[in-house]
Amino acid sequence: MKITFAEGLAQAIYEAMAADSRVVLIGSSFMGLNMTARKLMEPAVRDYSDRMLVTPISELALAGAGIGAAMCGQRPVVDLGTGSFIFQAFAQVVNEAANIHYMSGGQSKAPVTFYCLAGMRGMGAAQHSHRTQAMLGQVPGLQILTPGGADDAYQLMKWSLLKSQNPTVFICHSLLFTETSELDPNEPMLPVGRARIRRQGSDVSIIASSITVPRAMAAAELLEKQGIFAEVVDLRTVVPLDRETILKSVAKTGRAVIADECHKSFGVAAEIAATLAEDGLSFLKAPVRRVVVPDVPIPFSQSLEEELTVSTEKIVAAALQVLGR
Amino acid sequence: MTDLSLKMLHRFYEQLWQIRFFEGHVQRLAASGEVPGFPHLSTGQEAVAVGVCANLTEGDMLFSGHRAHGHVLAKGSDPYATFCEVIGRQDGLCQGRGGSMHLVDVSTGMLGATGVVAGNLSLAAGAAWAAQVANKEKIAVVFFGDGATGSGVFHETLNLAGLWQLPLLFVCENNGMAEFTGREEHSDVAKVSAFAAPYGISAQTIDGNDVLVVNAAARSAIQGIRAGSGPYLLECMTYRMAGHYVGDAQHYRSKEEMATMKEKDPIERLRLHLLAKGDSAEELEAIMQRVKAEMTAVVDRARKAAHPDPATVMDYVYSADFPGREENAKWN
Ligand SMILES: Cc1ncc(C[n+]2csc(CCOP(=O)(O)OP(=O)(O)O)c2C)c(N)n1
Repeated sequence: MKITFAEGLAQAIYEAMAADSRVVLIGSSFMGLNMTARKLMEPAVRDYSDRMLVTPISELALAGAGIGAAMCGQRPVVDLGTGSFIFQAFAQVVNEAANIHYMSGGQSKAPVTFYCLAGMRGMGAAQHSHRTQAMLGQVPGLQILTPGGADDAYQLMKWSLLKSQNPTVFICHSLLFTETSELDPNEPMLPVGRARIRRQGSDVSIIASSITVPRAMAAAELLEKQGIFAEVVDLRTVVPLDRETILKSVAKTGRAVIADECHKSFGVAAEIAATLAEDGLSFLKAPVRRVVVPDVPIPFSQSLEEELTVSTEKIVAAALQVLGR
Repeated sequence: MTDLSLKMLHRFYEQLWQIRFFEGHVQRLAASGEVPGFPHLSTGQEAVAVGVCANLTEGDMLFSGHRAHGHVLAKGSDPYATFCEVIGRQDGLCQGRGGSMHLVDVSTGMLGATGVVAGNLSLAAGAAWAAQVANKEKIAVVFFGDGATGSGVFHETLNLAGLWQLPLLFVCENNGMAEFTGREEHSDVAKVSAFAAPYGISAQTIDGNDVLVVNAAARSAIQGIRAGSGPYLLECMTYRMAGHYVGDAQHYRSKEEMATMKEKDPIERLRLHLLAKGDSAEELEAIMQRVKAEMTAVVDRARKAAHPDPATVMDYVYSADFPGREENAKWN
């Protein structure tokens, strides 16, 4: 069955609400301002509106309420809207949710999901374009899910709502909504913490997550026309990070391009590059290349934003560079 | 309220139309995709911007939010530079870096518009405090929607303002909506002005669609603030005639509601007032036509303005004296 990313999300939310009455949506504009995608939430609104709370603009309190409810057995998902607004909730997410299990010596658990529609969406400008996975990756205790395909949007969301035992930040990219993939709901899910090899290749590994996954796939296609076979590793989750699969892939190809939408310094790509430097140096036939966003706030102007975008073309160029072409 | 000169009233009429036409162009060009992003229009709420800003001097400091076009224009920014910013051009107030939600014009005292609801409130408190310690006559004004009252920082800032007796005017534009849902779904506190008293702050709820009412209330509040009587909260009941953003289909609004819009329109209300005072319809039509033509010319010019040069994308991350500035540009 072919589904879109937005369909995968909506279906996962619906099925999770149907399966477990403890799943409560604190805020429910999961699809942002995408009206076509919003329609997909209609079945959930029809059947479970009693578990979908309309919320004031109170991210800090809502996040905390989600944590507290999760500590008491509920399975809430707090919709933080545009991913940048997780900053309003940071104190609760980072300093309460992430710490509670550890600080309580394992007594307490907070299986709450924080949902963020994040990323460079086009003219979101500096205040609506954040990708927070790297900075949140600095917070032990949080799981960070970054699906790049419709299959994982469905599976990871469902897992987060029904199975996860830890606080989770679910980072969605609004430009992914129309991406499609095959999904067999009866097939067992690839375990959380395992990266997905989206495409096999022998010449270069392109390591991607979230929005860079379809762009890496497009890059691999273009490279194949030049006789270059790229392997695309979709991380699926930034925490846990599947270092083993990354290293295995690079051991095979000997070359790595890391495509990520976080800023360059201290980013997700930086962490992967460090892993390769520490444990994969002997595999590398060329220096690692990062295709990432320079350390600059995201400008409003289209011509400026495009300059920063982690595009398919830039991924292709980086692959050619590591191949010495 | 009746002591306003005819000149002043005509000025209000002009300014209301200026904002209306400005945003009309934003709406038209957004619908065709030429204005990027999701601009938020203040159509129907212009009287608040005009009535409040009429009482400010150039030195007074303004903070606004995601629906700021009217505030910026009323505070005196150049419509051409403002429009250029909304369409992301190099000639824009912020050289295309900010866009519709982040309009800044330090030259007019428009210190910041933020796209983060309630993100401006405590900044305004800081500006007011700076004016206070510098012993300046200046005051700070912050515009925000009723939605911002759901955030903790609104309450924290009220507390600070009361505690420190800041020269700060809080202007809530209560349009009854936050995005697509009504205030009653967000709070059991019906009036925003009710939040002021516990913090020892004076407040009033007024008809925000009557520019004369807004002007009079703002004037007396600002006179008090300048005289040292501390912060004030002005809740202006208003009505957003447009959607939350351009493209909002407004399914949450009934036909009946849409039909009553004209009665609420602050421009129409001022027009009726002026007619009653003896202005002729032709005279008022002529003012409107003149403003319309001016704004059309501004927009035509702005649409031809250059886009920012991609090579300058790393400019302004840090100010010139940041020791790592060159490294920042080179490394990336
Ligand atoms: C902290 C934060 N949360 C959520 C949003 C998304 N958002 C943008 S406008 C808006 C509604 C704001 O309502 P209100 O403050 O009443 O202003 P209005 O839009 O009615 O002018 C929301 C929720 C935001 N910009 N900032």
